[in-house]
Amino acid sequence: MTETLFSDNEVRALEIIVDMIIPASAEHELPSASDPVIFADILSAANAHHDLVTAALSTLDRVAYDSQGRGFLAVDQGLRDAIVAAFRQAHPNEADLLATITVTCYYRDDRVMRSHGMEARAPHPAGFTVEEGDWSLLDPVRNRPEFYRKAT
Amino acid sequence: MNSQATAETSDAPADVLIIGAGASGAAMAWSLADTRMRIVCLEQGAMPNPLSYPATGRDWEARRQGDFSGSPNQRQRPSDYPIVESDSPIKVVNFNGVGGGTVLYAAHFPRFHPSDFCVRSLDGVADDWPIDYNTLAPYYSENDRMMGTSGLAGDPAYPSDNAERMPPLPLGKSGETLAKGFNKLNWHWWPSDVAIATQPHDGRDKCINLGACAAGCAQGAKASTDITYWPHAIRAGVELRTRCRVREITVGDDGMATGVIYYDGDGTEHELRAHVVVLACNGVGTPRILLNSKSAAHPDGLANSSGLVGKNLMFHPYASIMGVFEEELDGYKGPTKIFRSQEFYETDPGRDFIRGYTFEIFRGQAPVASALVGLQRGRIPWGAGHHKAFRELFKHTAGMVAACEDLPEEHNRVTLHPNLKDGDGIPAPKIDYTLSENSLKMMDHAIAKGTEVLQAAGATEIYTEAPISNGGWHLLGTARMGTDPRTSVVNEWGRSHDVKNLFVVDGSIFVTSAGVNPTRTIQALALYVAEQMKQRLANLFD
Repeated sequence: MTETLFSDNEVRALEIIVDMIIPASAEHELPSASDPVIFADILSAANAHHDLVTAALSTLDRVAYDSQGRGFLAVDQGLRDAIVAAFRQAHPNEADLLATITVTCYYRDDRVMRSHGMEARAPHPAGFTVEEGDWSLLDPVRNRPEFYRKAT
Repeated sequence: MNSQATAETSDAPADVLIIGAGASGAAMAWSLADTRMRIVCLEQGAMPNPLSYPATGRDWEARRQGDFSGSPNQRQRPSDYPIVESDSPIKVVNFNGVGGGTVLYAAHFPRFHPSDFCVRSLDGVADDWPIDYNTLAPYYSENDRMMGTSGLAGDPAYPSDNAERMPPLPLGKSGETLAKGFNKLNWHWWPSDVAIATQPHDGRDKCINLGACAAGCAQGAKASTDITYWPHAIRAGVELRTRCRVREITVGDDGMATGVIYYDGDGTEHELRAHVVVLACNGVGTPRILLNSKSAAHPDGLANSSGLVGKNLMFHPYASIMGVFEEELDGYKGPTKIFRSQEFYETDPGRDFIRGYTFEIFRGQAPVASALVGLQRGRIPWGAGHHKAFRELFKHTAGMVAACEDLPEEHNRVTLHPNLKDGDGIPAPKIDYTLSENSLKMMDHAIAKGTEVLQAAGATEIYTEAPISNGGWHLLGTARMGTDPRTSVVNEWGRSHDVKNLFVVDGSIFVTSAGVNPTRTIQALALYVAEQMKQRLANLFD
């Protein structure tokens, strides 16, 4: 378990919302962002933005209270979509923070990278191959007369 | 490689003291080294370690939002100073360390055009430069040798040149797709000149398509001056002191600069005396130091009798036009810039704006960037539709950005914030900048034309943004050059009109911005100024 600066309730709320941002996909055989390995990475990344993440989760809780009279964790799962939609509408910067942390960690997971045709590794030192491409496409431009503006 | 400031070395006066070890400071230091003068460069940041660059780790895209962000306000390293930019729609991008902005730049490396030096004569706007293209041409070539430039000769949008070029970057799938669009419209395009080695060059290895140019090149193929000019300059005897932040330039009773006051990495104050002081701190850092160098004789800052220090700030407003394609493109592989188009570069009386822009063709995005941009545009939803939408965008997006010529306006300026200071107590710079009507019309035109060419190339969706708010990569014009001391800060060879042993060699001295990335011209100017100094050593202060 990743050491975290967050309370148990904050961890649970974060787990729920990252799953709502990126749920699992059976069709694409992809894990949810709340998958234990990915969520541990998210939690670690969120620690670096502890105050901002805590504030965002607090705002989410307040939105739930305002509409349902209960905190986010106490609300039935079926009502959470509406709460999150209201949260995103009224507090886009806080919602963006949670989404940014989520996708940043999700798309460096081995399984996710492989699913998208990438090798699960850093760019360096192996690098990548890019096709040279068809340079004959440049022929029409090569045949064009100079057109820069003369300056005297 | 680096030496730390000590009381002993601080006490010995330098012949030439260069402030800033970035694009221009490095070129200046290297060029002056053959004089055998005692040259000292003070750099507020550290020497980068390419082995610690983001591309060496799985978290590389996350680090672009953290310690390798282009924004000093987001990065917040000890070497960074805060910038107040709430009154500017374009936010500053820089890097404070040896190499400066070249550590994080994309290395898109075009020259200016001949017309860029005489916009007043040609178009009746702004001012002509006191030098012309032909004056800089040999220094462009010298800089190309030192930096290592790749590309292809023969571009009809430019005069022919004798630049040494390595082969161009690969066109790739993205380049092929977009080139077909340009050809359909019979529009100009040409493989970009880039400061990226496509063959081994001067001890550097060739590009291996990491796709992380803007986070520092761990391969060393991208030409940042920490690995190009500096090793040569240091071997030639230049002393480079890192983590030394200059507070002010000191001036004697005779009106000549006597040296600088700076803080070392521990915050200890030092004075370093010098016979010549050279500012190479970019278009924000240079006016910051000049404006902070106040005295009874210079109550408005140093070298500011014209009142123009900090004024005429130019950025290059950028427009972004991106398309989604059905076919798979290069995505995360390869340097982001492939080719350029200057179909709309020169002034056309038939348009509703003066001057023009360069399209820089953009290869694609890495996965996190793809997801974040998709989320920001509302194209990728939260929830069940996330995966399908991501797959439609990732490796299927390419397009262009338009670098629009920014014309000088005095109200666009750098000043000192009255309260906010950096970690050493030096006032933070404040940016006041508004987009001109000309820039707004130019960006509208770029978006319309970019949309047209993406449609011709087969894009099924197109997304635009103007200006790119986090796109203040180019910091220009705040200590402009000219022959008239009333309307310029430095003369036609970079020397302050007011202080005859003070020089400026960074983008501050630009008179106009052109519609291209400025680094190649900044460095050519630094080499030109260095040569002028060397030729005039006997009467440099006359």
